[in-house]
Amino acid sequence: MFETFSSLIVEQGWGLALLRGAFVTICIGFVGMVIGLIAAVPFAIARWQRVPVLSQMVDVYSIVVRGVPGLLVIYLLFFGSVDWVQKVAVAFGYRDMAESAYPSIIGILAIATISCAYSVEVMRGALEAVPQGLLEAAKSLALPPRIAFFRITLPLALRLALGGVNNVWQMTIKDTSLVSIVGMQELMRMAAIAAGITRSPLLFYCIAASLFFAMTTVSQTLFGLAERHINHGFSGG
Amino acid sequence: MDFTIVAYAIPFLLTGAKTTLVISVFGVGLGLPFGILLALARTSRNRLVCKAADAYCAVFRGTPMLVQIFVIYYGLGQVGFVRANPVIWWLIGDGLHAAILAVLLNTGAYTAEIFRTALLSLPRGLIEAAQACGMSPWIISRRIKFPLALRQALPSYSSEVAIIIKESSLASTIAVLEITGWAKRLMSETFAIMDIFIITSAFYLTLNVVGLTALKLLERQLWFERRSTRRKATSLCPS
Repeated sequence: MFETFSSLIVEQGWGLALLRGAFVTICIGFVGMVIGLIAAVPFAIARWQRVPVLSQMVDVYSIVVRGVPGLLVIYLLFFGSVDWVQKVAVAFGYRDMAESAYPSIIGILAIATISCAYSVEVMRGALEAVPQGLLEAAKSLALPPRIAFFRITLPLALRLALGGVNNVWQMTIKDTSLVSIVGMQELMRMAAIAAGITRSPLLFYCIAASLFFAMTTVSQTLFGLAERHINHGFSGG
Repeated sequence: MDFTIVAYAIPFLLTGAKTTLVISVFGVGLGLPFGILLALARTSRNRLVCKAADAYCAVFRGTPMLVQIFVIYYGLGQVGFVRANPVIWWLIGDGLHAAILAVLLNTGAYTAEIFRTALLSLPRGLIEAAQACGMSPWIISRRIKFPLALRQALPSYSSEVAIIIKESSLASTIAVLEITGWAKRLMSETFAIMDIFIITSAFYLTLNVVGLTALKLLERQLWFERRSTRRKATSLCPS
C-alpha cells in the first residue's frame, strides 16, 4: 500500500504535478479576487451613492451572478467568448498564443466576475456602516468631498470590509476548482488527470482535498492575523 | 432574443429543474436535521464528540464541493468494500444518489455552523430559568433551546437554502442532467449562449425566490407566535 503510494507520488511525479496545480489554483484565485475587488469598489460606490442607471445595472449583475451557480457563469464566459476570441486572435495574428493562454484568461475572468459580485455587496455594506457622524465631522472641517472619501470613508470601510472579504476569498479559492471543468490545468484538473491515468481516484482526489484544505486553513489564519492587526486600537471592533 | 430557441430550451430545462428540485429538497430535508445533530454534537460536553464534529465541519467547509462530489462518486466507487456492500453501493453507485449525498454532507457542515452560533447566542438566563423550574436537559433542549435557536438561525439558513440550490449544479459534473447540465448541453447544441444563459438564470432565480419566500413565511409564522405569546403573557399579568 505504502509502496504504491510513494511510487505514484514520487517516482511518477504526480506529487509535483499536483503541487504545481495547487500553485496555479492560488494564482488564479488571487488574481481573480484582486481584479474582482478592484472592480467592486467603483460598483459599490455607485450603489452606495445611488447613481441612477449604474446602480440598477450593478444590482442586476450582482443579483444574477449571486443567484445562479458559478458553473453556469463559467459556461457562459467560456462558450460565449470562444468565437469572438478566435476572430480577434486571427485578425491580429496571435492564433497560437490565444489558444494556449485562452483558458487561463477566461478562467481568471470568470473567477473575477463571480468574486466581484460578492465583493460589491461586502463593500457596499461596509460603506454604509461607516458612522455618519464621522462623515459629518469631515464635512464640518470643510474637507473637499474627494479627500473626505479617500482619507476617511474608504479606509474605515476597508477595515469594516475585511471580514466579508475573508468570506469572499474562502469562496473564491473553492470556486477556482470549477474552472477545471472547462480544461484549465489547476489543482482539480491535475487530480482528475492523475486519477484517470493511475486509476486511483480516491487517493488523488483526497490529496486534492487536503491541499485545498491547507490553502483555506492557512489563508484563514492569515486573515485572522490581519484582522487583529487592522483592528488594533479599536476596542471590541 | 430568439423565441424558437426559448421554446426549444424550456422543456429540457424543466426536466432539469425536476432533478435540481429533487436534489435540493433532499438536501434541505435531510441536511437540516443532520446539521442540527452536528451542531448539538459541537456544543456537547463530551470532548471527543465535540472534536470529531468540529473536524468534520472544518473539512467540509474548507474544501470545494467539487472535490467532495468527486471523492464520493469516483473515489469511493473504487473501493472494493464499498462495491461489495449493497446499501453503500446504492448510495454512491448512482450519480443522482451520490450528488444528493454530497449535497447533504456539505450542507450539513454549514448548517451546523449556523445552528451552533444560534445555540451559543441563547441568553443564559432563559436556560437557567428552565433549570430552576426543574426541567430535564432533554426538555430544556426540546422546549427552550431548540425553538429559540431555530428562530435565531432561520434568516441565515435561508441563504444556505439558496446555496444548496446553486451547489446542486455540481451534479452535472458527474453526468446527472439537472438545470446547469442541460444548459451546457443546450449551449453547445444551439450556440445561442446568451439566450440559454438568460433562460437558465430565470429558472434559478425562480427557484431561489420560491425557496426564500417559503422560508420568509415560516419565519413570519414563528415571529407571530412570539408576539401572540407575549400579548398573552402581558394580559395575564396586567400590572
